[in-house]
Amino acid sequence: MDPSLSASDIASSTKPLSEASSPPVMDLLSEPASEASSAPMVDLLMEPASEGSSAPMVDILSEPASEASSAPMVDLLMEPAREGSSAPMVDLLMEPASEASSAPMMNLLMEPASEASSAPMMNLLMEPASDDLKEPPKPDIDPLADILNDTPLSEVKTPVAAMPQETPSDLFDDEPSELFAEPRQSNTAKQQQTSIFDEPDEDLFSEPLGEASKNPQNDFFKEALAPVAKASNVCGPLSDNYNEHPTDIFTEEAMTTLPSAVSTVSVNSKTNGVHSDEEEPDIFAEATVELSLDSPRNDRKKKGAAKPSAPAPAPSVSASASKPQPKTLEELEEEVEDKFELNISITNPEKVGDGMNAYMAYKVSTQTTLPMFRSKTFTVRRRFSDFLGLYEKLSDKHTPNGYIVPPPPEKSIMGMTKVKVGKEDNSSAEFVERRRAALERYLQRVVFHPSLLQDPDVREFLERDDMPRAHNTQALSGAGFLKMINRATDSLSKMTIKMNESDVWFEEKLQEVEAEDQQLRKLHIMVDSLVGHRKELSVNTGGFAKSVAMLGSSEDNTALSRALSQLAEVEDKMEQLHQEQAASDSFCFAELLADYIRLLGSVRASFDQRMKTWQRWQDAQNMLQKKRETEAKLLWANKPDKLQQAKDDITEWEAKVTQYERDFDRVSATVRKEVLRFEKEKARDFKKQIIKYLESLLQSQQQLIKYWEAFLPEAKAIA
Amino acid sequence: MGPRSRHTAQEGDTLCLLEINARSVSVDLNNDASLLIDIPDALCERDKVKFTVHTKTTLSSFQKPDFSVPRQHEDFIWLHDALVETEDYAGLIIPPAPPKPDFESPREKMHKLGEGEATMTKEEYTKMKQELEAEYLAVFKKTVQVHEVFLQRLSSHPILSKDRNFQIFLEYDQDLSVRRKNAKETFGSFFKNMVKSADEVIISGIKEVDDFFEQEKTFLLDYSSKIKDSTARAEKMTRSHKNVADDYIHISATLNSLSVDDNTALKKFTNVEGRVASDEELKLTELLRYYMLDIQAAKDLLYRRARALADYENSNKALDKARLKSKDITQAEEHQQQCLQKFDKLSESGKRELTSFKGRRVVAFRKNLIEMAELEIKHAKNNMALLQGCIELLKSN
Repeated sequence: MDPSLSASDIASSTKPLSEASSPPVMDLLSEPASEASSAPMVDLLMEPASEGSSAPMVDILSEPASEASSAPMVDLLMEPAREGSSAPMVDLLMEPASEASSAPMMNLLMEPASEASSAPMMNLLMEPASDDLKEPPKPDIDPLADILNDTPLSEVKTPVAAMPQETPSDLFDDEPSELFAEPRQSNTAKQQQTSIFDEPDEDLFSEPLGEASKNPQNDFFKEALAPVAKASNVCGPLSDNYNEHPTDIFTEEAMTTLPSAVSTVSVNSKTNGVHSDEEEPDIFAEATVELSLDSPRNDRKKKGAAKPSAPAPAPSVSASASKPQPKTLEELEEEVEDKFELNISITNPEKVGDGMNAYMAYKVSTQTTLPMFRSKTFTVRRRFSDFLGLYEKLSDKHTPNGYIVPPPPEKSIMGMTKVKVGKEDNSSAEFVERRRAALERYLQRVVFHPSLLQDPDVREFLERDDMPRAHNTQALSGAGFLKMINRATDSLSKMTIKMNESDVWFEEKLQEVEAEDQQLRKLHIMVDSLVGHRKELSVNTGGFAKSVAMLGSSEDNTALSRALSQLAEVEDKMEQLHQEQAASDSFCFAELLADYIRLLGSVRASFDQRMKTWQRWQDAQNMLQKKRETEAKLLWANKPDKLQQAKDDITEWEAKVTQYERDFDRVSATVRKEVLRFEKEKARDFKKQIIKYLESLLQSQQQLIKYWEAFLPEAKAIA
Repeated sequence: MGPRSRHTAQEGDTLCLLEINARSVSVDLNNDASLLIDIPDALCERDKVKFTVHTKTTLSSFQKPDFSVPRQHEDFIWLHDALVETEDYAGLIIPPAPPKPDFESPREKMHKLGEGEATMTKEEYTKMKQELEAEYLAVFKKTVQVHEVFLQRLSSHPILSKDRNFQIFLEYDQDLSVRRKNAKETFGSFFKNMVKSADEVIISGIKEVDDFFEQEKTFLLDYSSKIKDSTARAEKMTRSHKNVADDYIHISATLNSLSVDDNTALKKFTNVEGRVASDEELKLTELLRYYMLDIQAAKDLLYRRARALADYENSNKALDKARLKSKDITQAEEHQQQCLQKFDKLSESGKRELTSFKGRRVVAFRKNLIEMAELEIKHAKNNMALLQGCIELLKSN
């Protein structure tokens, strides 16, 4: 609840980092960093908090800004001094820019980039920070003015830094409506960053950028960047977007820059000291934690809510795991559910094309009052592989964080071939309808997930007219095969990893989930056999009806003959009834079960993910242990030349261990939250479906009564 | 009266006392109070079923007015065969012999269940076992019933009720210890059947002299093939209905273990569904099956009559020949007269029997169809109430 907490947190984390030094740059940076940890800083942060409405803005903007700006920029700046890996980095940044090929954008990109790699940029970075830091002694006079003066510079960093990472378009596009989008985007950015650092050869960057340049949101992008290039007032373009409270926002904007600058500094100094790689996940952690806190508040359009609390839970979550967390999340979630205003339906399955290249296109209609969408109703056409593609994207992004990403229905070569061949029989119609319903449920599950709804890919999927064709959908290509291998190794490592579970909750839950999976599978088989048996019953009833009709025709007692033919009719209707019931068995019940069997797969995947992060943490710990041993050996062998290296290694691994531990805690928290959410949703889903199913049974019983009651007088009329 | 049937389930080593509503399912008998027969008790040991045949009578031909004797299925068969073989009853529809008690299928299922115990939850297992026991009991009940019906039909028949063998069957208080057919005899009867069906084909070529019988013949032939078909299909239907009911058991049990809080509905539904199936079986299939047999009996009558007719015609031919040769004329005349008499007698009683058979059939169909419709409605209403209750329960929490 206390912003000072976060400030001091930052401060404290900077301390050890600033100790480790890389000479020239560090001098520049260490100064403000240490200053940042001093009291005035705290005051500065307190100010906006007490102002209430401005506070949330600060938090939200500052977090991603600092994070975004720190990561690539800092790397650009710092790395050259340290490692060769920085060279490709720069290339990576430059490359996409040139690929983007829109002139102003390129300039924009190049400009800051080149600036960044040179000293002046450093100054840019430093200036606001140091200015602000000098300010605090007399904040009462005119903090706003001062801050405004400084803004441009710090603000510059936001877009510039964010630019190479796909983020900017969304950043600017959505800011007014959903603040929380930001931390999450930085989240994405983060992922990309990490992967870039891991494998500098991969041109991950070019892809998002290319996409960004194709994007209509490009305009925002340019617009937003224009003033940046001029290094003029940032509030200009931003206030364009903030239609609602220009003045308010203005101040907020201003405020924003303040902490952002501060945190930039602190982060910079951190980066300086330690390997930048460790830095990012850290920020990442904060960003995601914020996300989980923010996302439920998507109904809040004004920034005036109780935002000051945001920074406080952030560290507490990562540090003290999750006891209080789920509760609040649940509460918040409830809010979301109440205010959920998004309806998605899939209609009009339509065959497109002929022969083996034919596919089914579905109309995806969205009705919403959520401000994040451009209009209230819109429709797009999507084909099955698009749905799979969406899942792949979401799964890649969110599964590593412990989210339960709803899986789409499976590919069915059999069913689709039938459709393709163009047999207009019952089974192919049933297949299409079944798939349509399954896709609808799948999409509804996705948008019902508060975090997934915020994913730009989801929005794109729902809104964008010309969806680029999803290529690597499973079973289509080698990518699917690779995935399979990955899965195989995953399950292998799952077997080999013996996790001594510290949290009983997870252990119990996992067991529960596994047992449930078994049960559901069993149940599914049974319901399938029920459907089969009922179909059989229907056929047999039909046969009996015909036979009775024949019997009636040869019966020589007229009344009995009539009664028998009546009976035949009744049985005929029963046949229909059984058939319908069989259909409802499979639609209401079997499909639900199939869905949940797939979903449980995702749940297990999130547990696996947690285990993987745990494993990584453990590995890091072992590594650290080894490094320490090496150090001890070196000490004993008295080899001071190598000792420094060993010490460096230890610091490095110590940081990694803390980082991975935090990762683990974070993923654990997410998994816990997700599982609770999943369970709640499951209970609701089952209830809904079972009621539906029982109602269908009820209806068929009503029909049955009707038929037999009509028959009864006929039977009585036999004389 | 509420006759009780005791039965020992061999596997379950449970001694079940069950109430059997022993009023005939398939036949409506004009009860003659002078001779009342029922099977109040039956004991099942392995393959053997021991029936207690209880007789209450005012007829002076019996030594006591009220007595019970133990009888086995084989005794019933013996009685039936004895009746069929009696020349004097050639013109009568001999009630079909009760089918051999078949406990094989429930027993087999029980065995299978035992094997599959590991794959099921305890609850599911108990439920299935209960269901099988119920099925076993139903089979048992049915068996008792068909035996009882056989005796009741005999007792209500004006001629057959006076049969000596029948009276011995009812009265002789020791074990009848009828010999089971040995292999040769079994083969013999099989051979006899073959001859009979071959004969039937030949005889069916003979021109019918009486329109009534001609009609009856075509009707019965047609009807029997159709009712056979219906019976088979009804059996199939009830079987698949049972499968559905069984599926419900599994589903509800699994739902139970899934601890989804709403299984009660489906569970109860299961029971009802199962009962629908067994009632359907009892009412409809039994009716059809019984009449299938009964029609067979009627067909047998027709066969015997046709046989007699053929004999008569043959004897006519023989007489003509004899006259032609002026040899053994009196002997041939005598034979021809005998045949004619026999045929006339057969035709007369056959006509009577077939007419009463028709009436009996219609009445029985009526009764059973009404009962079945009522049961279906009853079950459906039960189901509905249950489902409604469940839906409300679900919606409320």
